[in-house]
Amino acid sequence: MLLQSPQRLFYGTALVVMFLLGVWTEGSGFIDEFLYYRGDITYLLGQHIELMLISGGLAITFAVPVGVLLSRPRFARVAEPAMQVLNIGQTIPTLAVLALSMTLLGIGRVPAIFALFVYTILPIARNTYAGIKAVPPHMKEAAAGMGMSATQMLFRVELPNALFVIFAGIRIALSVNVGTVPLAFLIGGGGLGELIFTGIALDRPVMMLAGAIPTAALAVVVDMVVAAVAFLTVPKGVNPLRNPA
Amino acid sequence: MIRIENLTKVFETPEGPVTAADHITMDVPDGEICILLGPSGCGKTTTLKMINRIIEPTSGRVSINDEDTTGMNTTDLRRSIGYVIQQIGLFPNMTIEENISVVPRLLGWDRKRTRERARELLDMVALDPSAFMGRYPGELSGGQQQRVGVIRALAADPPVLLMDEPFGAIDPINRAVIQDEFLRMQSELNKTILFVSHDIDEAIKMGDRIAIFRAGRLVQYDRPDDLLAHPKNDFVESFFGEDRALKRMQLARVRDVMEDDVPVVRHDDDLRRALELMDERGYHYAITLVNEHHQPVGMVMRSTAETRRGKCGEHYYGVDALAHLDDDLRKVASLMFSHDTTWLACVDEDGRLAGTLTQRGITRYLGATYRPQE
Repeated sequence: MLLQSPQRLFYGTALVVMFLLGVWTEGSGFIDEFLYYRGDITYLLGQHIELMLISGGLAITFAVPVGVLLSRPRFARVAEPAMQVLNIGQTIPTLAVLALSMTLLGIGRVPAIFALFVYTILPIARNTYAGIKAVPPHMKEAAAGMGMSATQMLFRVELPNALFVIFAGIRIALSVNVGTVPLAFLIGGGGLGELIFTGIALDRPVMMLAGAIPTAALAVVVDMVVAAVAFLTVPKGVNPLRNPA
Repeated sequence: MIRIENLTKVFETPEGPVTAADHITMDVPDGEICILLGPSGCGKTTTLKMINRIIEPTSGRVSINDEDTTGMNTTDLRRSIGYVIQQIGLFPNMTIEENISVVPRLLGWDRKRTRERARELLDMVALDPSAFMGRYPGELSGGQQQRVGVIRALAADPPVLLMDEPFGAIDPINRAVIQDEFLRMQSELNKTILFVSHDIDEAIKMGDRIAIFRAGRLVQYDRPDDLLAHPKNDFVESFFGEDRALKRMQLARVRDVMEDDVPVVRHDDDLRRALELMDERGYHYAITLVNEHHQPVGMVMRSTAETRRGKCGEHYYGVDALAHLDDDLRKVASLMFSHDTTWLACVDEDGRLAGTLTQRGITRYLGATYRPQE
């Protein structure tokens, strides 16, 4: 029976493995030890979310207008070089950005937020620019031919049609952001990194996992939230989530 | 009326200046469709786009209803001109209603009026408003999308319409349907239309006037029949091709060419009466037989009338092909070939005999190329 359906076999095995894991964690006292850090987790998770929201929020408010500006004909000449500069920015390792930020701004939350902000700009700006550039020329010609001004065209045609791509950029940027926040601990920014790095230093795996598991869960939740916002705000006619082709 | 005077566009390219339109001068009278026709790169699209200044003219003037548009604000000018493009350019982020309402909303119409206008226009192209208003362009077929593209251009009731190969991307069957639909709409709306096409048959079918372009110059600007009958030079002649005479046949309707004073016989007439009538008119072949409603049902052959005795109703051949008053001659010729006949009875909407058409009559009509110029 089980062998006839590979899918069932898979779920069945997964269930058994999960149960055994549960038995093992309980038996080895993992759960008790994990719950010992409950207070730390809530406090540090709050800090973590705060770092993410501030840096991510700033990055979105900065990067979307930058992407829009670069897509304007006025900036056509500088747009591609500017994108290259941002691309190079993205290739610098996260830790290096944090170090640079620290040398500029000292230690604490501010340099951490600044470094995260810098790191989050690129995917959003790039997708905004690319999304607007991808609006077909004939659509813009139709808009112009009907007498829309450049601003009307931007808000009624270009942005609504680019919105899904822009959201894709925000999704990438925020998941990178959530994953990078633990490093903020290294320059005194706080967050779940405190549990992770301390756990590594003290050779306490459970302490480390108490930081790592909530970080991973947060990344998944943030991605789902952004996806939900995209689902609700992107106009229905250009929303692939609503009408899968 | 659209008056175009010395309209010129010179593009600066790395290989030097290229003249895309060279001193184009033409008038399009109110309520007429003027087709800009020519091979690609001939300047027809450039000329069209200079009228709503999608392309800025290098020199020359365009006046619409005696108003020079040169000094007008570009957005105001464009809102007063309907614009349809080949790629349709519906906005996929907007519903059909929102798409149709773009220009009315730019002009500040109130909600109710805009909505009513959208309904009215959808009705006009036989798309059910209750079903289509809330749909998105992606949910419509190509033909439906282009219908919406056309009515969107008509939304604010502009006097002038610019159409850039509007039906070029539609399959041939749907294209013919949309062309007919558009002509029917135009007969009520009487817009002044400039229409770019590279399809000669479309131009002949749709155009009140045709402007032939070549290498940035306007070569000939005339009514279709005059163009076909009197091509100005070798280029125009070869552009329309060897089958010009056949193309002209599309322009003539049965009602203009048929002979309407024709003798008929009825079922109970004697064959001798049929012979008499044929002699009177000099018919060598046959005479039409009609029923009590004056509908043609057959023909009595001369050979039968000469050799037999009796009533016409006992000695006739049935007719299996009829021409209608609004058919064009090309269709009639096709009917004649497929039924192996040189003669067709022409009927009105009620199927009553209105006249007859012969192959010789068609030839004579096409041969009469001279028409007094206006």
